[in-house]
Amino acid sequence: MDVARGFLLAKTADAPAPAVRLRNFTRRFGANTIIDCLDLEIAPGEFIALLGRSGSGKTTLLRTLAGMDEVRGQDVSVPSARAVVFQDARLLPWKTVWRNVALGLKGGTIRERAERALHEVGLGHRLDAWPLTLSGGEAQRVALARALVREPQLLLLDEPFAALDALTRIRMHDLVLSLWRAHRPAVLLVTHDVDEAIALADRVLVLDGGRIVAEERITAERGDRTGLARSLRDTLLGHLGVERGPVAEEGVVHLARVRA
Amino acid sequence: MTAYALSAPRRHALSFRFPARLLGRWLSPLVLLLLWELGSRTGLIPERTLAAPSAVLGALFAMIASGELPSNLLVSFGRAAIGLSIGIGVGVVLALVAGLSRSGEITVDPLMQIKRTIPVVALSPLFIVWFGIGETTKIALIAFATVFPVYLNLYSGIRAVDPRLIDAARSFGLSRIELIQHVILPAALPSLLVGLRFSLSVAIIVLVIAEQINASAGLGYLINNARDFMRTDIIVVCLMVYALLGLGADWIVRAVETRALAWRPSIVEQN
Repeated sequence: MDVARGFLLAKTADAPAPAVRLRNFTRRFGANTIIDCLDLEIAPGEFIALLGRSGSGKTTLLRTLAGMDEVRGQDVSVPSARAVVFQDARLLPWKTVWRNVALGLKGGTIRERAERALHEVGLGHRLDAWPLTLSGGEAQRVALARALVREPQLLLLDEPFAALDALTRIRMHDLVLSLWRAHRPAVLLVTHDVDEAIALADRVLVLDGGRIVAEERITAERGDRTGLARSLRDTLLGHLGVERGPVAEEGVVHLARVRA
Repeated sequence: MTAYALSAPRRHALSFRFPARLLGRWLSPLVLLLLWELGSRTGLIPERTLAAPSAVLGALFAMIASGELPSNLLVSFGRAAIGLSIGIGVGVVLALVAGLSRSGEITVDPLMQIKRTIPVVALSPLFIVWFGIGETTKIALIAFATVFPVYLNLYSGIRAVDPRLIDAARSFGLSRIELIQHVILPAALPSLLVGLRFSLSVAIIVLVIAEQINASAGLGYLINNARDFMRTDIIVVCLMVYALLGLGADWIVRAVETRALAWRPSIVEQN
């Protein structure tokens, strides 16, 4: 709570430069335009969810922000400290958990830093485990630790919870939120789960055909969003091309709750 | 009782069955050995055709006691070891060149594919013309034969590295050298070990062939001498030693695998 207030004060006091800024960003593969004149700004410490159907350009945008694609003279500014968590944890199976977290770190206290990050995600007891012995949720937590240990100003999450079971996913949501509150990186969460976007983000963007077609800012406190979830959900699903009558909608919400 | 039988812990049943199964696997070789001995004792198998197991055992002990076997084994072992070291070394270097760079691939791979089509044994006349009938020819044949399995497996192992892992490692700012060191080489290691296993067995086959070329020491020399004197017992002893060399080579690679691939689930589960 204190952290959050401090952050808000800082933001209003001297309106810091955005952590991420894209102007007129276009990305083409051959004749296909994947991203089309996109403008995007992410404030430091802001949590953004990016929704989109498959093929909407989500992954391309994420790769650009991660510096994994060339930008070739376009107006793109991203912080130098970035880290990505992928849908599949992408741990190196031949390195123990802590060595995976420490991958590419420079300096003297690598082991200590890796251990601290792993304790933070609740895996202090699996430091020397082999990645292939981890469960999906544990592997994803290692991937989170590996991202956090780099103290990123921009944390990119590429559908990191899509392959997890519903219970683990809820736990991961809480973990990501608490880590975000503690470290305050700007977060871009790519997902196609509307409920996940509503539960986690300050701002939800919908990407379609390489353009941002909708943007919703959520001001309600996290954990107090069930009230607005229904209408926002309808709006966002509408932008994603899913039209549902109110009865069907009721059924879906009900089912989702039962499953959770 | 039925319920008990159904839900009885599996391990329990296994621990009873295991010794019986082990004995079962040894049973048929033992019976064969007994029949062989019996056949020799009754004169059904003449000694000049095949010596009795007991005679082979006797010859083995005599050859060890006289130092004849250890000294010749050492010579053969040395040939195989030197040939293998050269072959594996060259194979690894060529695979790294071809696997890690596009221009290296274009240069090296066609040559290696051409080399593959030439049966190594057919090269021995040329090697004899070049290197004479001494040690060099034998070692060169072994080296030449063992390059390819290592090369092919390591090269394809490097090329088969999961691009998603490389992508992820890049996103964490690894340099090219670090990428090779932390991602590509460890990922290709299992393939390298497969190649190593092939190379070791190829080395022993070529060793046998190479030692037929006018050897004055080594297992092949012992066999050739024994043939001239129709000492089938010594021939069988040498065959046994070749087999043991093969087993030993396999055991070494497996020991390396257990250590180097400790992260693999099959090995992890055993611990």
